[in-house]
Amino acid sequence: MQLTGAQALVKSLEMQGVEVVFGLPGGAILPVYDPIIDSSIRHILVRHEQGAGHMAEGYAHVTGQPGVAMVTSGPGATNIVTPLCDAYMDSVPLVCITGQVPSTSIGTDAFQEADITGITMGVTKHNWLVTDAADIPRVIKEAFHVATTGRPGPVLVDLPKDVSNATMDWYWPESVDLPGYRPVAEPDRAAVEAAATLIAAAERPVIYAGGGILKARACEALADLAELTGTPVVTTLMARGALPDSHPLNLGMPGMHGSYAAVTAMQRADLLIALGSRFDDRVTGKVSAFAPLAKVIHVDIDKAEIGKVRRPEVGLAADCRLATEAIAETVRHRGDADDRRAARQPWRDQVSRWRAELPYAYDGDGETGAASSASAASAVGELPGRPPLLKPQFVLETLRDATPEDTILASGVGQHQMWASQFWRFERPYSWVNSGGLGTMGFSIPAAIGAKVGRPDSMVWAVDGDGCFQMTAQELVTASAEGIPVKIAILNNGYLGMVRQWQHMFYEERYSEVYLSPDLPDYVGWAEAMGCVGLRVETPEEVRPAIEKANQIDDRPVVIDFRTDSMEQVFPMVPAGASNDDIVVHPSQRAVLGARAADEEGGR
Amino acid sequence: MSNRQGVPRHHLLTVLVENKAGVLARVAGLFSRRGYNIFSLAVAPTDDERFSRISIVVDVESAPLEQIVAQLDKLVNVVEISELHPSEAREAELLLVTVGADPGERAQVIQLVGVYNGSIVDVGQREISVMLAGSPESLDDFEELMRPYGIVELQRTGRVALPKLGSRASAASLGRGLAAVAGSE
Repeated sequence: MQLTGAQALVKSLEMQGVEVVFGLPGGAILPVYDPIIDSSIRHILVRHEQGAGHMAEGYAHVTGQPGVAMVTSGPGATNIVTPLCDAYMDSVPLVCITGQVPSTSIGTDAFQEADITGITMGVTKHNWLVTDAADIPRVIKEAFHVATTGRPGPVLVDLPKDVSNATMDWYWPESVDLPGYRPVAEPDRAAVEAAATLIAAAERPVIYAGGGILKARACEALADLAELTGTPVVTTLMARGALPDSHPLNLGMPGMHGSYAAVTAMQRADLLIALGSRFDDRVTGKVSAFAPLAKVIHVDIDKAEIGKVRRPEVGLAADCRLATEAIAETVRHRGDADDRRAARQPWRDQVSRWRAELPYAYDGDGETGAASSASAASAVGELPGRPPLLKPQFVLETLRDATPEDTILASGVGQHQMWASQFWRFERPYSWVNSGGLGTMGFSIPAAIGAKVGRPDSMVWAVDGDGCFQMTAQELVTASAEGIPVKIAILNNGYLGMVRQWQHMFYEERYSEVYLSPDLPDYVGWAEAMGCVGLRVETPEEVRPAIEKANQIDDRPVVIDFRTDSMEQVFPMVPAGASNDDIVVHPSQRAVLGARAADEEGGR
Repeated sequence: MSNRQGVPRHHLLTVLVENKAGVLARVAGLFSRRGYNIFSLAVAPTDDERFSRISIVVDVESAPLEQIVAQLDKLVNVVEISELHPSEAREAELLLVTVGADPGERAQVIQLVGVYNGSIVDVGQREISVMLAGSPESLDDFEELMRPYGIVELQRTGRVALPKLGSRASAASLGRGLAAVAGSE
């Protein structure tokens, strides 16, 4: 069967089981857009190529399937570099197809020419420039294989226009032949035994669960190992939902804005069991002061992560699920797991006390500091001469309580992201879509759209900041046009809030270029112009009704402009570069922390 | 290339790569974006046209060798990495140099070339060009000796190496430093 390169590409995508492609056509990719018309693949026409990339990421986050984006050469391709980098940092399987100028023009500075394979070398697992139409099925098969196996990640296939137009004899390769690509999978027996031995000896172990747990589909294995050994678990920003937040062993998020219990448990631990986590600087704080008493077991499918930041006592370069299962099996086989679990009861009691005494807190959330006791009447920030403003944490708590349990939450980057991670209750895996490693503002709207496409039966909410919203809001036009009813909660404080917080704390309140205005743009008017329902909420009483109204709307996107308190800061906080021992808790909790420290001092 | 403790700062990696467009850029890009220092680099085809060999002398003070090897190994086009400790390697490099050699000095230069087993590849009125192959250290010495005569132009290839006979077994292939890290290769 003779096909054009373009037809072969579309057919190859079909052979890979691709159901949806996010993209935007242009000159160099034009030939490929013709057979798209006849394909079973759904194409979603974005308004900006960055949107296509983040949508593909959102789709991949919630489905586990690779997201596919297709754009043209030059600016189309450079516009998708940010999502590629984002996917690279967060290990998201992404296949990006870019058009390229005809191969005869490559290197001549032709119209819309960009050396995209050169540009994306550092932000993809691998990329390909196709020079012969006959290579297309092989390259596509290789691209999906590389994106989805081992440590998942983005790949890019650059397709010159003359290659798309050339003809080839169709074939579909049986297998891939990549002599230099051999992802590890099976854990080494001796290392598993060594890990089990370290666990047996540990009195104060902590499981440091990262996004690799989700990528490896290892949530059940994680819960099993934690329960078997009686080990408290911290779930990183990328691992929220890997263990239910209601699980008694879950201490929540560690790191710069993590829970006091999670941060402190790691600092006091005598063993860290790192599963699919990579000792990111936002988790470790000052590396030399991180978990100073702990031995380390490090499981990661990427051998280069092991020892990159912290040298482990036991390193296991293996699939996270297989390794976690093997460790649990070995611990179980030794027969003394029950006794050892019981012996760790004092440790579990201690971390439970930290969790109870120092939960996430904000002004007006009740006398005890218990976040769940927030009442509408106290959930406002009052400033002299200004109307009271909503507490963003209160909005998130209400959103959490007013949405179905299987709601998928996407987030942008900044204060709202941290509050979302802190105050949401993640009860199931693959329900949290965010940009962790790269910290890409503007991620949430396109990512939420991609997630909704992948999980059309789940409600998808995006929590966004006003700064983030302005970066990618145009994709709500895509959502309206394509009938993708996502819901956006803007926590509108009129500022680049996280930057403002740093200027407050570390630059003597000299606020430089962080004010955006809550009224410019008019978010409700903008939402309506994009075919969405726009709502504005200014008082605590309006919060829940507005969310319930949004939940009822299923034929178009909804945007709620929540006017929130710009003075609000994210606590706890470990200042950048400081030791995790120097965690700064919410002002209302400093007396509790001081008393506890004095107790410990006296007890020594 | 040793630090004060006498521990070698450099290691030689022989990297077998697929002979595909852009491979050198991928390797060089990896070193640059992760902040690894390269002392020298040589690339040549192998007897199998599908593969090329890149010989890289890396600065192991800029990053641990095992980390450099593990990152290199992630490149899809990198097929195999062998690591040679300087004490276990026969290293060689080629040098071409044109030096000033007025008629009065020419005999001295030629004599030095002879001492180092180099060869004269070109002779002009006031300059001569010399080719010398040998250990990188002997090339360094020769370069210093030529300097007073006035080096007009000098090129070196970067080093290549083979394991010393008898220590072949200890020329570890990839990831040897990761003793505790056991993947299923």
